Amino acid sequence: MATFQLEVVSATRMVWEGHAERLIARTTEGDIGIMANHEPLLASLVPWAAEALAEDGRAEIFLVDGGFLSVAGNRVSLLSQYVQLGHEISLDEAEHELAAVKRIVDAGDADDEILHRYHRAKAQEAAARRYREANGE
Amino acid sequence: MPASLRELRQRRQSVAATKKITRAMELIAASRIIKAQQAASAALPFTRELNRAVSALATHAEVDHPLITDAENPKRAALVMLTSDRGLAGAYSSNVIKMAQRVTERLHEDGLEVVRFPIGRKGISWLSFRGLPIEQSWEGFSDKPSYAHAHEIADRLIEGFLRPDDEGGYSAIYVVYTRMESMLSQVPRVRRILPLEVVEGVAPPSEDEILPIYEFEPDVETVLDDLLPLYIRNRVWFYLLQASASQLASQQKAMKSATDNAEQLIQELTREANQARQAEITQEISEIVGGAGALAESSESE
Repeated sequence: MATFQLEVVSATRMVWEGHAERLIARTTEGDIGIMANHEPLLASLVPWAAEALAEDGRAEIFLVDGGFLSVAGNRVSLLSQYVQLGHEISLDEAEHELAAVKRIVDAGDADDEILHRYHRAKAQEAAARRYREANGE
Repeated sequence: MPASLRELRQRRQSVAATKKITRAMELIAASRIIKAQQAASAALPFTRELNRAVSALATHAEVDHPLITDAENPKRAALVMLTSDRGLAGAYSSNVIKMAQRVTERLHEDGLEVVRFPIGRKGISWLSFRGLPIEQSWEGFSDKPSYAHAHEIADRLIEGFLRPDDEGGYSAIYVVYTRMESMLSQVPRVRRILPLEVVEGVAPPSEDEILPIYEFEPDVETVLDDLLPLYIRNRVWFYLLQASASQLASQQKAMKSATDNAEQLIQELTREANQARQAEITQEISEIVGGAGALAESSESE
């Protein structure tokens, strides 16, 4: 199957680099799937788990905290200030954080920062679940 | 006798203790430079991709964004200066401060008021000692910055930039930092981070290269809105990393020369102490000989 060059980059390091068959990420407009030879694209992302199917058939989960997806000439880069790999996320911690923040949001006292944490925690939890599914745990 | 033997030995011991400390600090700085340089090179891919995206946007869109446009009637400008938290780093902080002073003079000549954002204890104390107003300051991470610091600083700077000059904002942001040219040379520099100069780094496409026509999602403006703050944070992050590496390099250099000086001093003091010891022995012998001579004379005369 045709592949493309994928780079996942956070502000402080190169998180993942290699060839992938498919990438699914969530933009501000909704999920987008990228395959080889996609048209040039620059998209804004929301905090969510992006999923890539690597050349060797393994699924990789990247938790991005907003950022960008840029596609040009069969090169795809996923840019985000903070990126976590699937195995770096703890489901328990994510659920814990989500429950804590959700209480504030439900009570209606959420400011921008709390809302951001809420979205982040939701993304974290989803990413952790996806990672478990993908690895059959 | 210039100094007693005991005094000289004491002085030599204290210099030796100082030498041990400076030597240890030199080694610590040396090992941390490597870490700082690794952090700087790990941040490169993000910078590269970000620059590429910004260039793509700049060549595609008729860019008209508050972070790019020059103010028509600027009154105030922000000056960020990156100094160290501690001394013992040679002229590192004072070089930055001198450079910042020159920039301040130039801004004053242009009729601009300067809003100061010192980073690092040395810069803060320099300003407050002279009674110069500080808008906001950060300290405690000059040798080990994290991206979260860059995030916080950049957001504060952007927030002020977007406010009108009359309401406590400013129309330009300058940063004075020290660029790490090599282990031997670190040069203080001034950079304007806002308004952005988008043309920077956009190479004209060569003939055989076809520029990709990008699709934007949701649209050019929104992408630009999200991208530019990221770009500014990345600039600040880059300056923090450069400054920390430079600071450690200056510290290592300063500590190395302190160790060398201590070594020289120890050698001189050892020589002086040896001389003093020899003089004491000579004196003792001559006293004994003199005493014996006097005794022999007195017994002869009896």
